[in-house]
Amino acid sequence: MNVISLSPLDLSMAAILVLVLAFISLILKLDLASRIVIAAVRTVVQLVLIGLVLKALFAQVNLLYVAALSIFMLLVAGREVMARQQRRFGGLWGYGLGTLSMFISSFTLTIYALIVVVSTDPWYTPQYAIPLLGMMLGNTMTGVSLALDKLTTTAWQQRAVIEARLILGQDWRTAIGDITRDSVRIGMIPMINAMAAAGIVSLPGMMTGQILSGTEPLEAVKYQILIMFLITAGTGFSAIIATWIGARRLFDDRQRLRLERLS
Amino acid sequence: MTILRLQEFQVFALKPFNLEVNNEIVFLTGASGAGKSLLLRAIADLIMHNGEAYLDEKKCSDINPVQWRKWVGFLPAESAWWRDKVGDHFSAEDHPYLALLNLPADCLQWDVARCSTGEKQRLAIVRLLAQQPKVLLLDEPTASLDPVSVELVESLVIDYANKFNVPVIWVSHDASQIKRLSQREFKIKENEICEVMA
Repeated sequence: MNVISLSPLDLSMAAILVLVLAFISLILKLDLASRIVIAAVRTVVQLVLIGLVLKALFAQVNLLYVAALSIFMLLVAGREVMARQQRRFGGLWGYGLGTLSMFISSFTLTIYALIVVVSTDPWYTPQYAIPLLGMMLGNTMTGVSLALDKLTTTAWQQRAVIEARLILGQDWRTAIGDITRDSVRIGMIPMINAMAAAGIVSLPGMMTGQILSGTEPLEAVKYQILIMFLITAGTGFSAIIATWIGARRLFDDRQRLRLERLS
Repeated sequence: MTILRLQEFQVFALKPFNLEVNNEIVFLTGASGAGKSLLLRAIADLIMHNGEAYLDEKKCSDINPVQWRKWVGFLPAESAWWRDKVGDHFSAEDHPYLALLNLPADCLQWDVARCSTGEKQRLAIVRLLAQQPKVLLLDEPTASLDPVSVELVESLVIDYANKFNVPVIWVSHDASQIKRLSQREFKIKENEICEVMA
C-alpha cells in the first residue's frame, strides 16, 4: 500500500483556506488575523524542523540522540505547564514541579510500553520511542497543568478554610484534602472522557494518521487502544504526583500554609 | 492550671516581647492593622515568627504542630466552613455548649449557607470549645453578635476559662467589654506591646 505523496502545491491549496479564514476574521474585526497567520507559519516551520530531525534520527539508531530529543521535548512541555499556571510556585519549583512529575510518569510508562508491550529492538528505536513519548508528554502536559492550576488557585481562594481546618487540629493532608482530590480529578477527567468517546465522537488523530498512511484499520485500532491506555495512566499518575508534591510544598515543616510560595 | 508564656516573641513589624498569661483574661487592643490578629495567628503557629511560645513549659517548636493547634484554641475574626451541613464540622453528636449560646439542638442539621453571620460565629465558638483547648485566643469573638449573644458568649468563655484554668487572650475594640471583663490589658502601639495600667 502506497501513500499518496503531498506536493507543496497540494499543501498551498490547504493554506489558501487558512488565508481565507484570516481574511474573513479581518473583516469581522476579530483581531485574530495576524495570530492565525503567525500560528500557521509556526506550524509549518516547527513541523518541518521536527520532520528533518526525525529523518536524521531514524537514519541512525542512537540512544544518545533519542535521549537528547526526549529531554528537549520534556523541557518544552515543562515550560508549557508553567506558562499555563495562573499562580505558580516561585523560583525553581514553578518549572521543576510540572517537569518532574511529567518526567516520572511519561518516561517510565513510555519505556515500559517500548520494552514490555511493543518489544521493539532495540527498545529505543526512535520510530516508536519518539512518537510514543510525544503523545504521552502532550497529554500529561494538559493533565498536569489543569491539576496544578486547580490546586494553586483553589488554595489561594480558600485560605480561610484551609487555615480554619488547621486551627481545629487537622493535619495538612486533611486540611487540603478536598482541594487535592478535586485537582487530581480535574487533571484526569479529559482523558477519561476521551476514552469514553473514542471512535464514536471522533476518530483519534493517531489512528486516522495510520489509516491514511495505509495501515490496516484493525491494526491502527490496536495501536490506538495502546496509546489511549498509556496516556490515561500517564496523565493520571503525573496529575497525582504533581498535586501531591505541590500540596506538600504549600505547607512548611510546621504545617503552616505558605501561600507566599506562590507568585 | 495552664500557663502560656511567650519569650522574645516577635512577628511582623512588632518588637520582640515577653508575656506570661495564667488563668486570666488578657485583653489585647490597638488600632486596626496594628498586628493583633497576626500575633494571635503566630501564637497558634499558623505563621512564621521568632522567639518561642511555651505551654506549661512545653516548647511550641518541640510539639507536633497539629497537637499544638489543638491545645491553643484560636478563634479567627471570621469563621470558615467547608461542608454543606453545620453538623459535618463537629465530631460529636451532642454539644452542651450549643444550648448555652441559645442555639437549638437541631442546628447541627442546618445548611451553613443559610446561617446568619451571628449564628455562624456562635457555632464557631462551640466548635472551638468542643476541642477542649488549653488556651483561648479570641479575635473579636463578639463583634458580629447582638447584645444578648454577647452576654452569653462572655459568660461561656469565663465559665470555660475558670473550669479548666485556661489562659485567655481576647482581642476587642469594645471599650465597655474590656472594662467589664479585663483582668489585664495590653495595647499595641507603634509596633510595641505595652501593658495598660488600670
